[in-house]
Order: sequence, then C-alpha cells, then structure tokens
Amino acid sequence: MPSTRQFTPDSAWQAPEGEPIIRIDQVSKRFGDFYAVDDVSLQIHAGEFFSLLGPSGCGKTTLLRMLAGFEIPSEGRILIDGQDMTAVPPYERPVNMMFQSYALFPHMNVADNIAFGLKQEGMAKSERQSRVAEMLSLVQIEKLATRKPHQLSGGQRQRVALARALAKHPKILLLDEPLGALDKKLREQTQFELVNIQERLGITFIVVTHDQEEAMTMSSRIALMRDGRVEQVDPPRRLYEYPNSRYAADFIGSVNLLEGFVLAQEEDRVTIRSEEAGTDLEVTHGQPLIPGTPVTLAVRPEKVRLQTTENRLPNALSGVIKEIAYLGDVSIYHVELPTGKRVQFTQSNIQALAEQPLTWEDSVELGWQANSCGVLER
Amino acid sequence: MRWRLPRGRSLIIGVPWLWLGLFFLLPFLFVLKISLAEPALAQPPYTELFSALGDGLVSVTLNFGNYLLLLDDPLYRAALFGSLKIAAISTLICLLLGYPMAYAIARSPGHWRLPLLMLVILPFWTSFLIRVYAWIGILKGNGLLNNLLLWSGLIDQPLEILHTPIAVYIGIVYSYLPFVVLPLYATLIRLDLTLLEAAADLGCPPWKQFLQITLPLSLPGLIAGGMLVFIPAVGEFVIPDLLGGPNTLMIGKLMWTEFFSNKDWPLASSLAAVLLVVLIVPFVAMRHFEQKAGEET
Repeated sequence: MPSTRQFTPDSAWQAPEGEPIIRIDQVSKRFGDFYAVDDVSLQIHAGEFFSLLGPSGCGKTTLLRMLAGFEIPSEGRILIDGQDMTAVPPYERPVNMMFQSYALFPHMNVADNIAFGLKQEGMAKSERQSRVAEMLSLVQIEKLATRKPHQLSGGQRQRVALARALAKHPKILLLDEPLGALDKKLREQTQFELVNIQERLGITFIVVTHDQEEAMTMSSRIALMRDGRVEQVDPPRRLYEYPNSRYAADFIGSVNLLEGFVLAQEEDRVTIRSEEAGTDLEVTHGQPLIPGTPVTLAVRPEKVRLQTTENRLPNALSGVIKEIAYLGDVSIYHVELPTGKRVQFTQSNIQALAEQPLTWEDSVELGWQANSCGVLER
Repeated sequence: MRWRLPRGRSLIIGVPWLWLGLFFLLPFLFVLKISLAEPALAQPPYTELFSALGDGLVSVTLNFGNYLLLLDDPLYRAALFGSLKIAAISTLICLLLGYPMAYAIARSPGHWRLPLLMLVILPFWTSFLIRVYAWIGILKGNGLLNNLLLWSGLIDQPLEILHTPIAVYIGIVYSYLPFVVLPLYATLIRLDLTLLEAAADLGCPPWKQFLQITLPLSLPGLIAGGMLVFIPAVGEFVIPDLLGGPNTLMIGKLMWTEFFSNKDWPLASSLAAVLLVVLIVPFVAMRHFEQKAGEET
C-alpha cells in the first residue's frame, strides 16, 4: 500500500484512485439562524490521516459529530463507503469515535470498557478476550485491565479511550481533540504513537484539533476551517509553503504580510510594488496575475535572511531591529522598515555566543529569494 | 495514627454526634429500658428495672418476656411481615412510577425542570394528615373515584377500595412518591450524556443504553429513594389507620394499640426495638452501596 504521506511539496496533492471512503457533499448544519457548518464538501480516502484544523467555534467538531451520526446535516449528505448515512443511526455506522472527554464508562473496568463494543455485536467470549488483550498491548496498558477509570491517570485514560474506539476494528476512527487533555511532553510523545498505530492498522483517522503543530506533525492532509467553511485542504507542507489565503498563512506558523499590487508579469516572474515595503519585490511562484491586481505578499520569518557581501539576495530591505525574542533554539527579530512597517526574521542560535550578536537599534539589511515567498490575492 | 483532632474540628464534628446522642441514642435507651420491664398499674405504667435492696445492694430485674412473646405470637410476626411486605411492594411501585417521572424531568428542557420539580414538591405544602384524609373522600363508596367510574359507565357497582390493603398501597405510594423522584432526579441530572453517545457509537441501541449505562449509573439514586420510602413505610401508622381496614396488620398500628389501648408500654417498646433492628439492616446495606458508588464518581 503506498503511504499517503508521500508527496511532492511543490505539486498539488493527488487523490488516490478509486472511490473515497468518505464523501461529504455540500453539507451544512444550522442551529437556529447560525450556520455551524456551511456548505462543506470533502473527500477523504482510505488510509488517510486527515485533520480538521481551526479555532474553536469553526465547526470542526460539529462536522465530526455529523460523521459519527450525533448530528444530522441540515443540508447535503454524507456518504461512507458509498452508502448514504443520512438515515443511519450512530449505533449502525461503520465508524468509531474517541471522545474529547474520553467518556469512559465509570462503572466498568478497563477491560469491560474495551469489550463494550464487541459485546454489542455479539462476539464470542473467547474471541472477545483475545481482542481485548490485543488492544491492551497495542496501547501498552496490559497491567491496567482490571482498574476502574477513576483509578487511572489522564494519559492512561486516553489510552483506554483509544483502545475502546479501536477494538471493533472500524474502517474509520474519529478523534475529537485526542491529545487535548494531555500535558505538552506527553502530547508530543503520543502524536507519534498515534501515527504509528494508524499506519500499522491501516485505519482512516479523522482528527479534530485546534493545535496547528499537532495537525502538522500527524496528518497526511489538513482541512483548515473558519466560520463553518473549509478554507484550504492540503498536505501539511503544502499548506505551510503555499497557503492560498491570508487566513491560512497566518493560522499555520507566523508570516510577514506586505500589501501591494502587481506591477509587471513576465513568464514566471511577478513584480509587486509595495508601499509598505517601500520597494518593488519579486516573486517567482504563483499563478499569472494581471498587472494592477491588489495582492498580499507573504514571506515566512525563517526565509528572511541577513544580506551578506558575497551573496546578494533579491527583495532587499533595510531597517532597524526593534524587538528580540530569544527562544533558545532560534531568536526572532522584529525589524522596522523606514516606512514604519515591521518585518520579522528568525535566526538559529548556532553559536552559544556569537562574537557580534545582533542587538537593539542595529541597522540590518534583509532579503529573501524570489522563490521563497508567495502571493495571496486579496 | 493520631487520635487527637484539632480542637476546632472536634467541636464541629461533635455537634452532630451530640445531636444524635441526645435525640436518638438516649431516647432509644429509654425505649430499650421500658421494653425490658413489666407492665404495671402505676404511673408510668411499668416496673422499675433497678431496685435498692439496702446495704448498697442493687437488684436488676430484666424481663425478656416481651421479646419471647413477639417471637412466639403469630399475631406480631404476621404484623411484622405484613409491614415489610406492604413497605416492599409500595417501594417497588414508587420506584416504577418515580423513575420515569425523574427521567422525564431530567431530560426536559432546562427551563421546564424547576416548574416540574415544584409540582413534585408542591403537595408538601399541605399537611400530610389532611392529604391522607382527602383520600378517604376520594376512595369511599360514594366518593369521587367511584362516582367518576359509575358516571363513565366503566362499572355499575361502587368499588370497595377504602379500608382494604389497596387503599393503604395508594396512600403510601402517593405520600412517598416525591422521596423517590427527588434523589433519582439528582442522580439522573448528573449523568454525563456523552456516555450514552459513546455507547451508541460502539453499537448500542437506545434501549440497551438504558439498561447498560443509565440504569447502573442511577443505582445510588434508586437505593437512596427506595430506602427513603421503605424505612418510614414499615413503621407507618397514620395511613393504615385511616385508609386500611381492621385486618390490615401493620406493626405501627399494633404499636399504637399496645401503647394507648392496652397500656402495655413494655410490649410496645419491645416492638419498637425489634423494628429498629429490622430497619438497620437495609440501612447498613444502603451505606455500603453508597460508599461503593462514591468511589466510582
């Protein structure tokens, strides 16, 4: 099976052959006058690790709950494995969900929690026991089988919830903020574990998260949501390198945005005149644009570099350092241009103490490659 | 282990202990003392347990005859079992009626819950005695219920309900229903509804969700409500006296007869002591369940 994580960063994501396992078709969900989900269409393929990313209230959880069957779409329809799910109740859907609160049954021990779904489908006891044992070892909690949920730590509960949701070997697993309740160290560790489990079992994972780092780390594709709508669907790297809106550029990582308009368009090179930058800027990536179109140029802080004498970078700007944030591995510098606009750039702190470190009020010359920035239409 | 509590804390803990000691333990010791005496034509109408013989000698006369009589006499055994039976059946009916009520209130929209709970509590604003009397007017031969049934043509002879065990059941169930609804409501409203979603997600249809999730998790409320009905119902006197017939044997009624009609205080006291022991058993069981449930939440 070809891994869904293989991609060529510069080209768009290629859908695999065949019918998608989930087809969300112009789905909306209204609560009164409020559209929690607004005309969303998505196709998710078998084996994907698909993230629904966005701030709270963007409709990602409502969309997940519609997949599970806890909410019925007001408009549109959802097909799972080619079958229309509109009239199918949650207990007959081929999906399982891991809840944000874990929702472990407090009156059952760990093994009974995991066996609950298997019991519902009438699996024989011996088979059930071996499946429970398999699940316990998958999430490495063999010793906790007879504990009650209230005797477990947060991280252990998270594992039980995952094991319970996976026990029926569903084709699709829905995860609502699966790592939300864990502390940072445990979260980072568990991210990779989730990916490993997903790859090993070949189950399609659909994860709701508000954490862009988490989505970037785990996903094969991310759907970035805002106000009930999907802004962009792309693999993490493409979403980061080529955001197609200011919102997308700003939500994933940090970005410098410079307003301007298209001055000239030649073959693969666009020249943008930006009053904010106080100069003309060159971009070699993007669709052909008609001169005069107002655009925003987006460049990531780590792509902005100091000019050196031996290697002049295009898109040269000069300014004065106004703020420095030392983050250990990197430092972020805020540079004020003569126009008053501030531009951020980052430098890794390779040497513990550089001979002549940059400091406040230093004048610096910056620049970046014409192919390391993007153009966003306004 | 430290045996001495800080002074402030022991004071606070001391208050309820003092209360229980003064108003429960001490009266019970009086009752126990009377139950070991013999009836006498005196004021108060029983013999003293202790009598001074002079020379510092004190003679103690304990009469276990009352307890032997209770064990031996079929009337008292029948009354005790009759009380337990009536209380148990009433408790069961209360739970069967109260559970759907509490469930409906807990699942109703937020702004409906308070008015509905008020309706459950509202009867308490009228005296218990008056409400039981009102049932006489409803249940008697030419009372409200019979007139309604005759008028609607469902029956052509008035039903004989008053002064039968059925009237006692109606009275007890009516009077104690709120005591079941309230604790059940309290447990059902706390039930995390995502647990039901999780069960549904794992392939559990609604009726099984009720049996496997809702019912076991509302067990503490069921037990608390059941005990709140069962315990007072066993010793109930007013309802069987007013609504029951001459052959409705209940221990509370018997105790009243022994105490006031037969002036046999020792026998009445021994009845009270036996009743207390019988009721302590389910109470300890309830505590046990509550502690188990407490560990789980």
